[in-house]
Amino acid sequence: MQLSREALLQAYRQMKTIREFENRLHDEIALGEIAGFTHLYAGQEACAVGVCEHLGPTDYIISTHRGHGHCIAKGCDVVAMMKEIYGSREGLCKGRGGSMHIADVNVGMLGANGIVGAGAPIAVGAGISAKSKGTVSIAFSGDGACNQGTTFEAMNMAVVLKVPVIFVYENNHYSEHTGVAYAVGAESILDRAGAFGMKTFKSDGIDFFAVYETMREVIEYCKSTNLPAAVELDTERYFGHFEGDPQRYRGPGELDRIREERDCLKVFRERVTEAKLLEGTDIDAVDAEVVALIERAVAEAKTAEKPKPEHVLEDVYISY
Amino acid sequence: MAIKMIREAILETIDAEMARDENVIMLGEDIVGGNGAPGGPEAIGGIWSTSTGLWAKYGGERVIDTPISESAIIGAAAGASLTGKRAIAEIMFADFIGVCMDQIWNQVAKFRYMFGGKSTCPIVIRMVYGAGFNAAAQHSQSIHGFVTAMPGLKVVMPSTPADAKGLLTQAIRDDDPVIFLEHKALYAIKGEVPDGEYLLPFGHARQVTQGDDVTILATGMMVGFAEKAAKQLAEDGIGCDILDLRTTSPLDEEAILDSVERTGRLLIVDESPPRCSFATDLAAIAANKAFASLRAPIEMVTGPHTPVPFARELESAYLPSPDKIVAAASKLMSYRQG
Ligand SMILES: Cc1ncc(C[n+]2csc(CCOP(=O)(O)OP(=O)(O)O)c2C)c(N)n1
Repeated sequence: MQLSREALLQAYRQMKTIREFENRLHDEIALGEIAGFTHLYAGQEACAVGVCEHLGPTDYIISTHRGHGHCIAKGCDVVAMMKEIYGSREGLCKGRGGSMHIADVNVGMLGANGIVGAGAPIAVGAGISAKSKGTVSIAFSGDGACNQGTTFEAMNMAVVLKVPVIFVYENNHYSEHTGVAYAVGAESILDRAGAFGMKTFKSDGIDFFAVYETMREVIEYCKSTNLPAAVELDTERYFGHFEGDPQRYRGPGELDRIREERDCLKVFRERVTEAKLLEGTDIDAVDAEVVALIERAVAEAKTAEKPKPEHVLEDVYISY
Repeated sequence: MAIKMIREAILETIDAEMARDENVIMLGEDIVGGNGAPGGPEAIGGIWSTSTGLWAKYGGERVIDTPISESAIIGAAAGASLTGKRAIAEIMFADFIGVCMDQIWNQVAKFRYMFGGKSTCPIVIRMVYGAGFNAAAQHSQSIHGFVTAMPGLKVVMPSTPADAKGLLTQAIRDDDPVIFLEHKALYAIKGEVPDGEYLLPFGHARQVTQGDDVTILATGMMVGFAEKAAKQLAEDGIGCDILDLRTTSPLDEEAILDSVERTGRLLIVDESPPRCSFATDLAAIAANKAFASLRAPIEMVTGPHTPVPFARELESAYLPSPDKIVAAASKLMSYRQG
C-alpha cells in the first residue's frame, strides 16, 4: 500500500461523496422532487474510485445508465451534476441529459449512457486517442451489458487494433431483475473476455485497496503494451435497479447482509484505522465536509434557474 | 364489456393467444423478471406488467427470458417464426431498436419479398415508445416514422384498451411482421374492452370526433391531446374531425381523404420531429390526392428537430400540446385564399 495520507483522504472523500450523493437522491426522489429515471450506484463506490484514482483528464472513461459514481470519481462538478439531475439550465448538460446522460468531456468523462452496451465501442475509439497520448481508455459495464453484441465487437476490435482499452465489468449480480447466473452463458464473464485474446484481471470490488492495486497493475500493463485488458470487479448494489424498484427478486435478508458485511466504506474505514494510516477523527471530518457539500448541492439545485421553452432549440445546427 | 387498462388488455390478449395456439412464443429481457435471482422467476414478472404470470402458466420454453441482446432477440424471433412458431418479441424501449436495426430492417422486413413470397414470418415486435416521463433522449423517442418507411413491416399504434386488444390479436394472427408500438404514457389509460375474441383488421382509422371544419390526424398519445383541443375548439364553434389512424402501415388513406375533402383543412399532430417524418408523409398524400379540396395550407404540430430533452420544462416545450393544436386549428380557420 503506497498511498499517501492525502491520497487516502481523497479516495475516501470521493467514495463518501458518491454515497452521500446517492443517499440524498434516494430521499429526494421519494419526495417527488426529481423527474425521470434514476439508477443509483450506492454500494459500488470502491469500483469507481479504485479505478479513477489512477486517472488524469486525458485518460478517458465511459459509463452506463448507473453513472453518478463514475462521474464523481472522474472529477465532474458535484453541484453541477445535482443541478443536472434536477433539470436545471445550470446543470452540467443544461438540463437536457438528466441522470442517465451526464457527461463532461473536459474531464475525460464521455458520458453516462442510456443504451446498455453502447459504451464499449466508443471506448475503443477513445483508446485510439489515448494510445497517441500515452493514456488509457476505460469502458465501465455491468454484468448484464457484457451480453450485448456491441461489447463483443468492441473487445475483439480492441485486440485487433492494439489499443489501451480496459473493459471494467462491475458485477453486481443483477441485470435489472435477472441474475447473472441466468444471463451469462459462460462460466464467467472473464473466461469469455479472455477468449478474445485479452489479459484478464479480477478483484473484490468492495475493497478499495484491492481494486486500486489491481488497476495499478492493469493500467501499467496496458500502457506498456498498448493492448486492451478486461477486469471483473465483484460488487453489490444497495438500491433497486431504478428508483421505485421494490427489489422483490432479492433473497431474504440479502440487502441487510450486504450492507452489514459488504459495505465498501466500512471496509475502508476499518482497513485504514487498523493499519493506523488515518484516525477515526480524520474520517469523521471528511464525512462532515461531504455532508455539507451535498447539502449545498441540493439547496443550489432546488433554486437553480430552470430552462425556458425556447432553450429546447439551442445547440442544434438548424431549426426547421 | 369490462373496464381495463391498456397494459391489462395487452397481457390478457397475449395470454388468450398463447392458450389458443401452442406455437405462440414470447421473448424479451426481464419478461419473466427474477430468473437466476434468489427471489426466483416471476418475482417481478415483466417490467411493464404486460407478461406477468405467463411464465408460470406456459413455462420457459414458450416465455423466454433473454440476456440483454436485442439483435439476438429479434433474430431468434425471426428464425422461430420462419420455421413454424409465432413469436412475440419485446423491445423494452423502442429507442433500443438501434441495437437490432439490421435484424428488423434487412432481415425480418425482407423475407417475404426476397424469398419469392414463399415464406411467412409471423412475428410481432412489441416496443414501448414515446415521451412524457422526462426519460430523456435515449428512452423517449417515437420511431413509427422510420419503421413505416420500411417496406415489409406493418406498423400498429393503439390508443385505447379496446384497440390494443383488437389490434394485438390481429397482429399475433397476422402472417407478416408487425411492429406493435405501445406508448408508455397510455399503459394506465382505462376503457371498455370487448369480451371474448375481438379482432380489428389493419388499415382502418377510428373516427374519434366528427366535425366539418378541420381534419385532425393523430396516433398514440396525440389522439388524447387532439380530443382535448377539439373540446376547446368546439367552444369557439370550430368542429374537428379527428381520426386516430391506428395503423400507419397499412394506412387508411380513404378515411383521410374523405375527411379532408369534407373539411378542406388538414392538421397533422405527430410526436416525432418534423422532417422526413410520418407527418410529412401524410401531408404529401393529402397534397397529392386532395389538393383541390384544400382551403388552407396543411398545418403540422410536431416535436422540433431535436432529440427529446430531459428537464420538465424542455420536454413540455418539445411535445405537441392541446394548446398548440388549438392554435394551429385556429390558424387554419383564419386562413383566407387571396
Ligand atoms: C440496449 C438496451 N437494452 C436494454 C436496456 C434496459 N436496461 C437498462 S439497464 C439494464 C440492465 C443492465 O444490467 P447491468 O449491465 O448488469 O448493469 P447494472 O444495472 O447492474 O448496473 C437494462 C436491461 C437498455 N437501457 N439498453
